[in-house]
Amino acid sequence: MASIQFVDVSKTFDKQAVIRDLNLTIEDGKFTVLVGPSGCGKTTLLRMIAGIGPHTSGRVLIDGKDVSRIPPGQRGVAMVFQNYAIYPTMSVRENIEFGLKNNKVPKAERKRLIESICETVGLAEYLDRKPSDLSGGQRQRVALARAMVKKPSVFLMDEPLSNLDAKLRVQMRIELIELHKKLGTTFVYVTHDQVEAMSMADTIVLMNKGEIQQEAAPEAIYHQPNNLFTAQFIGVPPMNIGELGTEGARFGFRPEHAVLSRQLPPESALHYQTRGTIITREMLGSETIYQIRSGSDSFMVKSAEDLYRVDEEVFLGVDASKLHFFGGDERRLESSDPRAAGYLELLRRRP
Amino acid sequence: MNRKPIWEALRPYVLIAPAMAGIGMFVVYPVIYLVYLSFHKYNLMNKAKSKFIGWDNFTQLLTRGDFYKALGNTAVYTLGVVVLTMLLSLLIAVWLNKKTRFNAVVQAGIFTPHIVSIVSVAFVWMWLMEPDQGVLNFVLRSLGIPASDWLQSSKTAMISVIIVSVWQSIGYYALIIVAALQSISPSIYEAAALDNASRFKVFTKITLPLISPQLFFILIIMTIGSFKVFDTVKIMTGGGPNGATDTLVYYIYGFRTTNIGYSAATSVVLMLIIGLLTFVYFRLLARKVHYQ
Repeated sequence: MASIQFVDVSKTFDKQAVIRDLNLTIEDGKFTVLVGPSGCGKTTLLRMIAGIGPHTSGRVLIDGKDVSRIPPGQRGVAMVFQNYAIYPTMSVRENIEFGLKNNKVPKAERKRLIESICETVGLAEYLDRKPSDLSGGQRQRVALARAMVKKPSVFLMDEPLSNLDAKLRVQMRIELIELHKKLGTTFVYVTHDQVEAMSMADTIVLMNKGEIQQEAAPEAIYHQPNNLFTAQFIGVPPMNIGELGTEGARFGFRPEHAVLSRQLPPESALHYQTRGTIITREMLGSETIYQIRSGSDSFMVKSAEDLYRVDEEVFLGVDASKLHFFGGDERRLESSDPRAAGYLELLRRRP
Repeated sequence: MNRKPIWEALRPYVLIAPAMAGIGMFVVYPVIYLVYLSFHKYNLMNKAKSKFIGWDNFTQLLTRGDFYKALGNTAVYTLGVVVLTMLLSLLIAVWLNKKTRFNAVVQAGIFTPHIVSIVSVAFVWMWLMEPDQGVLNFVLRSLGIPASDWLQSSKTAMISVIIVSVWQSIGYYALIIVAALQSISPSIYEAAALDNASRFKVFTKITLPLISPQLFFILIIMTIGSFKVFDTVKIMTGGGPNGATDTLVYYIYGFRTTNIGYSAATSVVLMLIIGLLTFVYFRLLARKVHYQ
């Protein structure tokens, strides 16, 4: 078990700075997910922990110890790669055994470890197969077993589920959550898929352009986004954003917080009200997602009921408590912020 | 009405007919004719005077000392060229695998001999190896190392010919191995680093198995090619001095006008040896080659 600390870490590729003076602490035993659009530096951070893409300056600490000079194999970390990086010429057993052999684990101990791990991940029958004879899901398990068998204090995963089909991905997601619960070690997981991040993380670290946008639990990041980027990255569909028309300020609300109706509801019930036309309708079974055009704005609305059709005129309303406001610097205003009250009033008076 | 099924059945054969005709004319027929010749005392001036002599050519071949000498020389040459070329090109390829501008220049440089005619290469090396005025001996002498007779002595002639062949082919095979090395995903090496593997282990357990198909291919191609060596021998030594570099194909060439039946018999034996060797390679090594 180990905590990980980044202290003023920078990374440059070919003189181009990818990460600048980043500070981050990853807590011991937590499932931390680094999420962000591609090129945001999340994989770069992960590779720094592993030591396979060392930082240019700053310090990386594992359990309080600076690991900058410790080679990858001696940091007590294990990694699952996006393409699994299984040794193609070795059998499943040899793949799992390779790290143990290099660490001079005695033969009897190796045998015992491999058998117990393969029982856990369900590979027992495939031990003598070559990776080329395995399905994508089974290869994924080999990669997991190879990481687990070393009993690392930190588990690193670089988009491990992105090569699996949708159904298997959901299943593996649950298995990973269970695995983390069972092992209790520090997990650092990189993904660009915010659904994966929301479903698995204890803590989400949302990154963009090499900077941390927000570091919080999934519910906090969803309900109290730090800024416009977070609000629009997390959630499917993302938060609706509209211009307020003063000081570059903007307002926003989650698609599931908008209420649709055919008649204009009584004045007092909902704070923000507007009229629009349904442009598209996506019926997903348990819910329906409408896209509504209102003047120059376009809003996504998630509704539990499937009452409306395309081209229908509807009224859209949002409760005052569900509205978010963002200042000109794109930061979200707390409801206690004096400007927020002003913007709220401004929105009410809008035609 | 039933003409269509006939055409259906014939069509594949008609479609491959042109290719088969080519193979028949340029591969199958010459081989059969070679075997046919090997059983005859063939008269080049007057075909009618040729006569069938059964296994006579072969019995003569297998009892003559100069054939065994040529066979031994060829084996030494093949062993030398194959081992040296594979080791050196592997070494160079591992070095060239790092993509730097300097390495790109080196790679182009060591490939250049491959595009130069072997005749020119042989002549240049003959000058370099000239015992009195040659550059090689000049360099050796100025370094205080005793000079060598190179091609002029039966002791060093074979190694000299081997050096030239190795020098000419290294760039080409290094290129094949570099391509193989670059097709290995970098994440495999990263995984190995996380598995705490030493550099030696990474090379023997990961790199070598992953490029084994290419190495096996090179081994077979080079063995076959080396057994058929001719041009360097013809130009540089003419089989000499005192038969020290007489190889099988040069031996065959020696009887081209005087006893073509005997030449044919030697060719048949050469063909069988190469076939046997390839078979042995496959039996011994195929299980060690990892195809993906």
